[in-house]
Amino acid sequence: MTDWDPSKPILEIENLSISFFTRAREIPAVMDFSCTVMPGESMGLVGESGCGKSTVALAVMRDLGKNGRIVSGSIRFKGRDLTHMTEEELRHIRGSEIAMIYQEPMASLNPAMRVGDQLAEVPMIHQGMNRADALKLARQIIADVRLPDPDRILRAYPHQLSGGQQQRIVIAMALMAKPALLILDEPTTALDVTVEAGIVDLVKDLGTKYGTSMLFISHNLGLILDVCDRLCVMYSGEAVETGNVIEVFDKMRHPYTQALFRSIPLPGADKNSSPLIAIPGNFPLPHERPKGCNFGPRCDYFRDGLCNAGDIPMAPVPDHDRHATRCLRWKDIDWDAPPKVGKVTEKLPRGRLVLKMEDLKKYYAVSAGAFGGGAEKVVKANESLSFEAHENETLAIVGESGCGKSTFAKVLMGLETATSGSIMLFDENVQDTPIQARNTDTVSKLQMVFQNPFDTLNPSMTVGRQIIRALEIFQKGTSDADRSDMMLNLLDMVKLPRAFAERMPRQLSGGQKQRVGIARAFAGGAKVVVADEPVSALDVSVQAAVTDLLMDIQRENHTTLLFISHDLSIVRYLSDRVMVMYLGHVVELGTTDQVFAPPYHPYTEALLSAVPIADTRVKKRRIVLEGDIPSAMNPPPGCPFQTRCRWKPKVPGNLCDTVLPPVQVLAGGHQIKCHLSREELAGMEPVISIAAD
Amino acid sequence: MLPFLLRRVGVMILTALTLSFVVFSLTNLAPNLEKLARTEGSVRMSDEAVDSWIINNGHGGLMITRYGQWLGVVPGWTRTDDKGVTRGRCIQGAVTAEDAPRFCGILQGDWGTSTVFREPVAKTVTDKLASTGWLMLWVMLVMVPVSLIIGVMSGMREGSRTDRVLSTFAIATTATPEYVSGVILVVIFASATTGISPILAEWGWISGRTLFLGTATSAIDQITFWNFALPVMTIALYGIGYIARMTRASMTEVMTQQYIRTARLKGVAFHQVIVKHALRNALIAPFTVIMLQFPWLLNGVVIVETLFNYKGFGWTLVQAAGNNDIQLLLACSVVAVFVVLVTQLISDVGYVFLNPRIRLS
Amino acid sequence: MEPLSWPMIFAKMAVQFWPVWAALVATVVLSLQFRRRLGLYGKLFDSTVGMTGFVIVMFWVFTAIFADMIITYDPIAQLSGLKNALPGTPVEGTGQWYLLGGDHLARDVFSRVVMGARRVLTIAPAATVIAFMVGITLGLPAGYFGGRLDTGLSFIANLVLAFPVILLFYLLVTPEIRSTGVPIALAAVLFLFPVIFVSVLLNSRFFTTPAKRNLYVGVSLAIGLWAYSGLAFNADPTGIWSMDPNLLNVFVSVVFVNAPTVFRIVRGIVMDLKSRDYVAAGQTRGEGAWYIMLWEILPNARGPLIVDFCLRIGYTTILLGTLGFFGLGVSPESPDWGSTIDDGRRLLSIYPHPAVVPALALMSLVLGLNLLADGLREESMRD
Ligand SMILES: Nc1ncnc2c1ncn2[C@@H]1O[C@H](COP(=O)(O)OP(=O)(O)OP(=O)(O)O)[C@@H](O)[C@H]1O
Ligand code: SF4
Ligand code: SF4
Ligand SMILES: [Mg+2]
Repeated sequence: MTDWDPSKPILEIENLSISFFTRAREIPAVMDFSCTVMPGESMGLVGESGCGKSTVALAVMRDLGKNGRIVSGSIRFKGRDLTHMTEEELRHIRGSEIAMIYQEPMASLNPAMRVGDQLAEVPMIHQGMNRADALKLARQIIADVRLPDPDRILRAYPHQLSGGQQQRIVIAMALMAKPALLILDEPTTALDVTVEAGIVDLVKDLGTKYGTSMLFISHNLGLILDVCDRLCVMYSGEAVETGNVIEVFDKMRHPYTQALFRSIPLPGADKNSSPLIAIPGNFPLPHERPKGCNFGPRCDYFRDGLCNAGDIPMAPVPDHDRHATRCLRWKDIDWDAPPKVGKVTEKLPRGRLVLKMEDLKKYYAVSAGAFGGGAEKVVKANESLSFEAHENETLAIVGESGCGKSTFAKVLMGLETATSGSIMLFDENVQDTPIQARNTDTVSKLQMVFQNPFDTLNPSMTVGRQIIRALEIFQKGTSDADRSDMMLNLLDMVKLPRAFAERMPRQLSGGQKQRVGIARAFAGGAKVVVADEPVSALDVSVQAAVTDLLMDIQRENHTTLLFISHDLSIVRYLSDRVMVMYLGHVVELGTTDQVFAPPYHPYTEALLSAVPIADTRVKKRRIVLEGDIPSAMNPPPGCPFQTRCRWKPKVPGNLCDTVLPPVQVLAGGHQIKCHLSREELAGMEPVISIAAD
Repeated sequence: MLPFLLRRVGVMILTALTLSFVVFSLTNLAPNLEKLARTEGSVRMSDEAVDSWIINNGHGGLMITRYGQWLGVVPGWTRTDDKGVTRGRCIQGAVTAEDAPRFCGILQGDWGTSTVFREPVAKTVTDKLASTGWLMLWVMLVMVPVSLIIGVMSGMREGSRTDRVLSTFAIATTATPEYVSGVILVVIFASATTGISPILAEWGWISGRTLFLGTATSAIDQITFWNFALPVMTIALYGIGYIARMTRASMTEVMTQQYIRTARLKGVAFHQVIVKHALRNALIAPFTVIMLQFPWLLNGVVIVETLFNYKGFGWTLVQAAGNNDIQLLLACSVVAVFVVLVTQLISDVGYVFLNPRIRLS
Repeated sequence: MEPLSWPMIFAKMAVQFWPVWAALVATVVLSLQFRRRLGLYGKLFDSTVGMTGFVIVMFWVFTAIFADMIITYDPIAQLSGLKNALPGTPVEGTGQWYLLGGDHLARDVFSRVVMGARRVLTIAPAATVIAFMVGITLGLPAGYFGGRLDTGLSFIANLVLAFPVILLFYLLVTPEIRSTGVPIALAAVLFLFPVIFVSVLLNSRFFTTPAKRNLYVGVSLAIGLWAYSGLAFNADPTGIWSMDPNLLNVFVSVVFVNAPTVFRIVRGIVMDLKSRDYVAAGQTRGEGAWYIMLWEILPNARGPLIVDFCLRIGYTTILLGTLGFFGLGVSPESPDWGSTIDDGRRLLSIYPHPAVVPALALMSLVLGLNLLADGLREESMRD
């Protein structure tokens, strides 16, 4: 360690190849991967699910499990090769010099051990510190990660903390021994955006404060832009492009990177005039990679005989800051050519009223306490929801976890009945009609697309059978042959090959499953479709395709789409009107333009600021919310947002603490539920501005 | 916590009442009573005589009232015959009809008299329970540590050779019911003609004819290694396999958890990972399993006591059932059910205490 | 004639078992050939544990099937002079042997064990199937609807489970109880479940096309009720379906003690699976509750259920043995393994073979089932 010179790279990965050995075959998860991290630098690793990001991280920790092996290449940490270290040597490095943070905070903490003990363990092992000192240090670090009341937290068990707090503890644990390198594997994916923003800020600050180098893994380009200096884009086990963040974002030199940026909704994208461009085809499985360029089959610039001839090396891009790309044709490609614009469509006029909710309330009675006893509590999952939706319209419902989005969907679908209020669906009052009592026509007109592609299809029934079942239930078609035809047409509609009818869901990729889910929902000619986070579990390159599919079908069938999401970028891209929810309340409702521009509801403002945007031109005002979302079991009195609101002091008296704010209707029917005066609201500044280039 | 306990106890009492009523009805069915009449009265009784015997001895009337009497919430029956002699449920021995108590069921501590042992049921049951208690104690002492060690050792490195060997052993023992392992153990260790005893005797290593005793009758008076080892091993073997497999499953599951990886990547040494991070989490599930083993142990006890002729609770149960000793069988059932319910309660409460996630939320 | 030596005994037995070997080889070769197309069953052949278990189980299955060809003597014939005969004792004047000796009634132990396999392997799986039908039919709604129904059914299940098994057997299998009609009543309840199960299964799936539904449900009801009348009440006019009252008694008791555990397992799985999106999708389509339970949830619970099924057949075999051990078995003459062990144990320390042979047989079958279950569990969890 002593012979390491701090001007040299702290981590140097060279030509690393990693395989997993399963019974059936060898799975080459990572091939010929190289990257260098300098001291104090933070390196981002981006790529779609399954491209091998986590595998690289675990290889650095030398923790690939029983069947994973480093096949070739080297990983040098401070000049020493980790691939040849013994378990004992590794043990001294793990936790003290290199620390790792994972995606699932709850799973990373030992449920049966107090937080303090888990933290104190690190210096006790690595520096032989005694327990009292170690706990003192733990207390100090807990304060560093900005957790309130460190003494209480030291004594707490993990499950007594919220998700955000747990992740802070995991970070604190990683920092206990002041490591030189910190590996973060999707540290915020499981968290809400507003909480994520806080964690990201913390990580950045601590990186600077302790001078730690970072390897930051994420699938979210926006986050990488926020956190990292340099990044490495991975595709199917290989690094395809690496360089300085700004350069890669603005002057990318690999077709995959370019395609990626064109498939994510950046501010300015619009579903009618400049739709997203999905990357065609699917991500290849590790053992099904094509010869030559892995991206070949999906690449617009593919040239037969060149790109599929042999292995492609990383080529440096001259005059750039350590920028390299794995493309043979990068010099031939005109990188400034505007994208081929797909079909430009006309915005359809808003049609007749199809759905009207008035003052809808849904309360659940739950018994408090672990042992079932105790007083009954009322959880107000939905508080006085009122809105209407028209034909051809997309209404987005936005909010973080626990805000009541899914309850709302359940009530609408008839899986639960409303506590009070009314729902008018095509001139019919359905608020008190559970789904069993609705007639087939109503049921088939109102359908739902679900969030989790891995869950939405029954794993033990063929795709065709599942669609046919929906047709049977909706009483479509007169004979089996008839229905089978209709099923094939539906597959056509969602752009899946007809052969898929015979497949089992496990033979489909996430995006394909989601398409089947959509086909099934439209089997009865649905007029109103509730889409509950239909793309949030999909990879970005697939997201665009599925979103576009939904839009196409909507245009054709004049469907009303209720799009539930927490992702404001996609909401801005595709919705006509937006409803923002917080703790069961609708805090803001208006057209997309109204909601995304001032005046904002204070919560919307914070939410907008928290969403990472992968565009170097975008300037954001940073608004980091303190604390976590209160539990719906224990909502604060007065304004639901008052515990985290930064505008509260602008309201005279303690109105916010005591009185539920009224709905203010501003110009153009824009509704905001807040005590702030109209003058204050009017004086708000935009959160996002796009620098003119 | 308190409401939870109260509710659990409430359910338990309800269960006990229902079950004892079921047992009462099944043991007091007409054919059983007939048989009782013939054994207590005379074998050659006519059918009418049997009927009147049944009625005269208080076995007539509604099942539910008889159950109430047995329980001690309905006044005991009395009957004055033609000669003016008053007999009744509560009029026994020196007690006369005048000063007999109104209620005499199990709530008053009166469990009736055993027809096989000719003594109060309460005494038989407590005596025999004590004997079985010793058996259970030794079984627990052998079974719990051994099975936990085997389970943890095989679960901590799944797929290793240790794991393969220990798992095979565990599976083999769970596949061997007590009446099989008992037979095999006796043949190997306690038979004068086969197994190892003849060889040992030939070499002069043992003085008697067999290494271990094939019966445990003498253990009632004094427990020795030689008369108690086989019965204890027979019961313990099955349990060892079962608990070890549960522990292994729980341990392997814990070892794949993210927090174990966290601990490893903190630089914690392997044995420390096991002791400090894995064990506590891994032992929560086996605890419940051990507790829920009691009903099965009870089975094992019955088989083993019969096989080794150890006159404990299980043996008594078999005697009672075989000889239509209604009062004794009832008492045995109540005790057995009670044991099961109490262990279930302990298991529930213990689970809550061991698991901080539930305890503190 | 000379008594046989042990190697000869084994050789002779191996020859007797030839149909079993042939069938085993055929099964294994065929399965290995097509294992990639056989799903979970095919994957079983990738695990040593699972394959070992499978071979052991199939050994006994084929033994049961070909028992008539394997036995050397009538299992209940008593030949004079062969009382407690040692293994390999020749039978005078026939040129044959009592391969594994004779028991205390001078019956051939080998033939009894082989025939015992047939008894055990008809009762145990059948009882397990019925127990599963009962457990599933009740466990599905309990887990799916929850609430009062669940509380009630769970209470009843726990009642049965709190009963020590042996006690239950003593109460249910005694000859006295038969005359009271309790077993028939129990059978009447328990045997109804398979009929309900199949009818509801078909109805929920086909009610959208009434013509098909009427056909399928009609046929299954007809066959089901016919079998039901015969098995539970011995009232089948054709006499095809009938059950010996003693056997019925044993059978019903075994189903009765197994069903609550199956109920609990099913209930647990359903509670987990019912929050899946495909269940919600079914609900938002307006599917009936039984369709969702039987066609959306149940097929996806098959993994753990198959594993438990194997374990439970083993457990049932043990239970049947226990019954036999306490003399409550099917009939005193019956060669089933439990009764044979009970018969043999009285002279255990002098003549061990009449008890040890069935004991080993029973142990190997249960071991095979356990290994099979383990292999299935491991394979179904992998990729
Ligand atoms: N233990 C394993 N055995 C076999 N294959 C594995 C194993 N772990 C990972 N793989 C395979 O290696 C490839 C890379 O996986 P990895 O987890 O590194 O991807 P990732 O980029 O981190 O994806 P995500 O964004 O979903 O976390 C995948 O194809 C995966 O299926
Ligand atoms: S090498 Fe060819 S196929 Fe690969 S990215 Fe470059 S242009 Fe596309
Ligand atoms: S009412 Fe008060 S606390 Fe609530 S959002 Fe408005 S300013 Fe903030
Ligand atoms: Mg990953």
